[in-house]
Amino acid sequence: MNELEYTYAVARVRALETSLLTDSTIDQLVNCKTTEQCLQLLEEKGWGAHDADVDAEGMLKREEEKAWEAIMDVAPDLSVFDVLSLQKLYHNLKAAVKAVCTDVRGGNIFYEDAKISGREMMGIVENKEFSRLPGHMANAAREAYETLLQTRDGQLCDIIIDRAALDAIYAAGRQSKDEIIRDYAESTVAIADIKVAVRGAKTGKSQEFMKRAMAPCGSLNINELVRAAQGGTDSVKEYLGTTTYAEGAAALEESPSAFERWCDNRMMETMRPQKYNAFSVGPLVAYLFARQNEIKTVRIILTGKQNGFSDEMIRERVRAMYV
Amino acid sequence: MSLFEQMGIVYALLGAAIAVLLAGAGSALGVGIAGQAAAGVVSEDPSKFAKVLVLQLLPGTQGLYGLLVGFIALSNIGILSGKPVDVSVQNGLLILAACLPIGIVGLISGRAQGKTAAACIGIVAKKPDQFVKAMLFPAMVETYAILALLISFLAVSGIKL
Repeated sequence: MNELEYTYAVARVRALETSLLTDSTIDQLVNCKTTEQCLQLLEEKGWGAHDADVDAEGMLKREEEKAWEAIMDVAPDLSVFDVLSLQKLYHNLKAAVKAVCTDVRGGNIFYEDAKISGREMMGIVENKEFSRLPGHMANAAREAYETLLQTRDGQLCDIIIDRAALDAIYAAGRQSKDEIIRDYAESTVAIADIKVAVRGAKTGKSQEFMKRAMAPCGSLNINELVRAAQGGTDSVKEYLGTTTYAEGAAALEESPSAFERWCDNRMMETMRPQKYNAFSVGPLVAYLFARQNEIKTVRIILTGKQNGFSDEMIRERVRAMYV
Repeated sequence: MSLFEQMGIVYALLGAAIAVLLAGAGSALGVGIAGQAAAGVVSEDPSKFAKVLVLQLLPGTQGLYGLLVGFIALSNIGILSGKPVDVSVQNGLLILAACLPIGIVGLISGRAQGKTAAACIGIVAKKPDQFVKAMLFPAMVETYAILALLISFLAVSGIKL
């Protein structure tokens, strides 16, 4: 699509960006004494549905809906955003496979805004109609289902589906003509691989397990990462130091929560150049990311307040904002 | 008089048409691009209407420059007064060549200025107090349309029939 097709949408997103939360607003939220004070501050910033009673989960859900509504309203081509919902789609598959194989039903385990809803996914898995799934999902679904039934190993089932999700994101990124989608796919896969390596190193997972869980990408050498993970967390840090993800090594040194924060901040860094892009789909993708990032951060703050975490502990987990 | 000898006025008219058509098309493209951005901002914040309207109008000048050169060319060959003068093929081609700078530069600069104006409308959307700075960037593109206008104007006016 001609990048000038996005002129209207980008200008509208620029106007919407003025209402994104800034780092100082996040700081104010962290400084609030109670959850109620946080909710009041957020309400003053226009969060939530104004005609309803304020409750944290309802407010966050409404904000997520608003973010997608804004994008659906302005984007001339929504298919560009399909890659962003792949993780939700694969999550639904994972939840359905586990629910069917373990016969544990109920609970709010599905994303209803994914391309295949929870109910539909349950029907597909129950009837083993895997061919109804998009091409890249069918094989992973069948393999995960059979593996879980035969081995009862939930973790193995998880890595089969997670790996398929990463492969699908990477393939979608490579096929995309939009640079932002390619960058998103590259960063998503690389950061997921780094997480696997760090967790695998800590829990002593085998080389075979890690190779199965990691998806190949351009910015990391999977073989070297696996080899480093076999040598423990220090080896992973050493290897990351030689890549473009060197800051991750420093975060890993600091604490596990600092590493998790770095993973999200790194994704945001991928989006940041879009602040200066006046055309193309990039600023729309970045806006959606920025909204999801602030919703996630607010959730961390609210959960921290509800569970009596200190301000310092919450601040350590707070993500960097887009604006 | 042979047909070839009568082609002088046709070339001169073609020159006027090129000046008006290409420069006008450049402005239309530019104002259109900036207008889309302006609509995007106003749909979220109608209070910025006046500021974004000014930015949207900036690429409109190329069309006026083309019109001016076309007008002088038509006046030169007597079309406007209803008494066309005899224009030699050489003079007709001279007028055609004289009209080319504003036609071509008007088309390219109009579109480029529209894109710059759209980007600057983004500045106004986020930081309305930076409106003056935002106006300067598209105004820079205008420089080259003015230079082209100057050459076309001097050349068309300097051709004595």
